[in-house]
Amino acid sequence: MNGVHDMGGMDGFGKVEPEPNEPMFHADWEARVLAMVRAMGAAGAFNIDTSRFYRETLPPHVYLASSYYKKWFLGLEEMLIDKGYLTREEVAAGHAMQPAKALKRGKFDLANVERVMVRGKFDRPAPAPAKFNIGDRVRAKNMHPATHTRLPRYVRGHVGVVELNHGCHVFPDSAAMERGENPQWLYTVVFEGRDLWGEDGDPTLKVSIDAFEPYLEPA
Amino acid sequence: MFAAMSHDHDHHHDHDHSELSETELRVRALETILTEKGYVEPAALDAIIQAYETKIGPHNGARVVAKAWTDPAFKKALLEDGSKAISKLGHVSRVGDHLVVVENTPQRHNMVVCTLCSCYPWEMLGLPPVWYKAAPYRSRAVKDPRGVLADFDVSLPKDMEIRVWDSTAETRFLVLPMRPAGTEGWSEEQLAELVTRDSMIGTGFPKTPGAPS
Repeated sequence: MNGVHDMGGMDGFGKVEPEPNEPMFHADWEARVLAMVRAMGAAGAFNIDTSRFYRETLPPHVYLASSYYKKWFLGLEEMLIDKGYLTREEVAAGHAMQPAKALKRGKFDLANVERVMVRGKFDRPAPAPAKFNIGDRVRAKNMHPATHTRLPRYVRGHVGVVELNHGCHVFPDSAAMERGENPQWLYTVVFEGRDLWGEDGDPTLKVSIDAFEPYLEPA
Repeated sequence: MFAAMSHDHDHHHDHDHSELSETELRVRALETILTEKGYVEPAALDAIIQAYETKIGPHNGARVVAKAWTDPAFKKALLEDGSKAISKLGHVSRVGDHLVVVENTPQRHNMVVCTLCSCYPWEMLGLPPVWYKAAPYRSRAVKDPRGVLADFDVSLPKDMEIRVWDSTAETRFLVLPMRPAGTEGWSEEQLAELVTRDSMIGTGFPKTPGAPS
């Protein structure tokens, strides 16, 4: 979706402000939100792509005005309601009122903690040979799905070169919408800065994205 | 999905302070519901937080970089397949799949961003800092990386290539910075002390020997 989360190339957000000796969390609730998202994801309530999609669908003014973990919290709450794990009435009351919905991988308890500390595997067996080879010139499609995609707007319509082939991976555009993993070939595609940003762009700049095969066409 | 919510919460967004305490209450309420419904065990949430606080952090990435600086065979393996090479190092935190290590050279500087969200090699670097997840960095890194580097007081030679890696999939990128001059004969442990988090994101350089830290 063409949301405000797709920020590459936008102007007006000001300077980057590193915080000296930044703490891991700025409030205790941030840590609880992180842990709840990890736990419910590991228990099978949602996949990582769906959780990203829920943050992206926050209203633009809420997305831009909310801190990082506030976005995580708002996305988590809405997602768990939509998926039937809790109800708005329970959220309003602050207590469980309905029977629980069974979790795909069961209750998240201490025995599961180790598992969330390693990132998941996303590569899958290839359903078909790769369409592109390293060195091929490819165009990022001019596509604008209203649902989740990982093709940023700033490359759409531009030509780049395939630099790496990462194998076949879970396709976020499908997984986010719970339409299956639909594995697709994944490539690193490199663009010249000036092709993306015009003649005033930095001539020494190259930008790459990791692009799933359905995002690309021969150029 | 969020249609009703945007109206309900319009009146809060300019009041950071009250929003925070309201958020705190809402987060507690959610945890109560998840616990009462038997979805999560609060002690397991505590354990996740403790693991983030103690097991991961830039010290893991620094060990990998220092080893690459001293061991050419390891460096070669690391650049070929980051996850595989690191998983063979017993003393480094467990690493997920699809980690790609990119090498800075006198000709090319690498910088990592996630313009769409906050993808970051957290097993190697810990949780990302706020600036990495915030709009200024995510918007400008792909268009004006030298401007972004200036915000970090970092400047590159005018004709050096700058390569920005936008982490748009489940691949993760770790920058292998150049080894500082004047460190000949240093041990891995000494070298690891010079490796900063930002030098592995590409928004900084390693510390130089003898410079105040």
